[in-house]
Amino acid sequence: MLALLVLMGLSACGPIEPWVKPYERDKLADPIMALEGDAVSTSYIQHVYEAREGARGGEGAAGGGCGCN
Amino acid sequence: MILRRLSLTALLLAMTGTVVAGVLPEDRADVLYHLYDGGGVEIDGPSILVRKKIGKSVSVVGNYYVDMVSSASIDVITTASPYTEERKQWSLGMDYLRGNTTMRVNYVSSEESDYDAETVSFSVSQDMFGDLTTLTLGYALGDDLVRRSDDPSFERNLDKQIYSIGLTQVLTKNLISTLNFETITDEGYLNNPYRSVRYTDLGSALGYSFEPELYPNTRTSNALGLRARYYLPYRAAIEGEYRYFIDTWDIEGHTAALTYIHPWGDFTFTGKFRYHTQTGAHFYSDLFSRSEATNFRGRDKELSALQSYTFKLKAAYELLNDDGNDWGFIKKAKVTASVDLLHVDYDNFSDLTALAPIGDEPLYKLDADIFQIFFTFWY
Repeated sequence: MLALLVLMGLSACGPIEPWVKPYERDKLADPIMALEGDAVSTSYIQHVYEAREGARGGEGAAGGGCGCN
Repeated sequence: MILRRLSLTALLLAMTGTVVAGVLPEDRADVLYHLYDGGGVEIDGPSILVRKKIGKSVSVVGNYYVDMVSSASIDVITTASPYTEERKQWSLGMDYLRGNTTMRVNYVSSEESDYDAETVSFSVSQDMFGDLTTLTLGYALGDDLVRRSDDPSFERNLDKQIYSIGLTQVLTKNLISTLNFETITDEGYLNNPYRSVRYTDLGSALGYSFEPELYPNTRTSNALGLRARYYLPYRAAIEGEYRYFIDTWDIEGHTAALTYIHPWGDFTFTGKFRYHTQTGAHFYSDLFSRSEATNFRGRDKELSALQSYTFKLKAAYELLNDDGNDWGFIKKAKVTASVDLLHVDYDNFSDLTALAPIGDEPLYKLDADIFQIFFTFWY
């Protein structure tokens, strides 16, 4: 709830001038800059790590958990 | 029992598009084959993902995933018998875009012979500051049912809740970063009902015996992850990532990775090195001093102090460019293959197959090869 209030508060602030203009974002739009380019593959490998290690989460989304012995 | 912890594999699929909240994800289909081979365990199967827009505001996504397991792992061969198992998972999700806000709902169902899991999740993403910043809040609720294949009357519940907040930030025209914080709580039956712990038993020929493990009924973990990707002066990218993890079982972990992405003609090559280190759970022991020595006890090697190292190589080839084609409704296509070489050193998990005198057993080491090949079609 607190985070939601912060979000609403930030949205209510006056417009902040973007320091990276839309016409300067061609490199960010390159597919090699996509943080989650292939979700089907990323979720699989997170699934493996959660099965083989004791840690979980914090990587952008909840991962999977195969406890394969 | 393939699935023991979180049954949330498909949530990441539902979260696709987190980086750009004000735009719906692309229409695409992925057909993937995965193979894990290591430590006496072989797991393979398909994963099929289909995503499609409906109108201008809605995108729906579905995923079907299978794990086919053949296991003769170190745990299995020291205390049980090799087995085969199959887990099937499907998920359905929907994104709804309204202005700079994207709302997502997702449902995941996982079934195997002795473990059922259902999870619902909801998240909302908001673009701000000229679309340079995306804030995402997420919540998921899981309801699992644990059974035993050798005892039809055995049924235990496990409830999970996940709270997450993520911030994706464009820092410069070459640099994008994301910060994620996630709290996960479990309440219920967290044991593996088949696994045993080892304790000193001078009356046995080996000097030790086994008894069922017993875990606490609750676990809460916090994880903070940071990633940053930079576009190099030539057309290539480098990414660094770090995660800090801590939980109420006294597991504290650090994970770091470095990735390099290099396009070459119609190919894109990726190399990645990942390192993870963690402390062990407070109730973990490789060898307890006697039977029922502590209130809680476990000998799951993933709860031991350990270090893991992964080296990844990936190559993607663009089969079809988005420049006018004769593949009907398919605009673009690629094929991707990858291999991950995983090595794990356990600080406190003995290899009992060595049949060494008690206390002198060598520490176990795991090597696993993980293969993926998948086709992607955009339409």
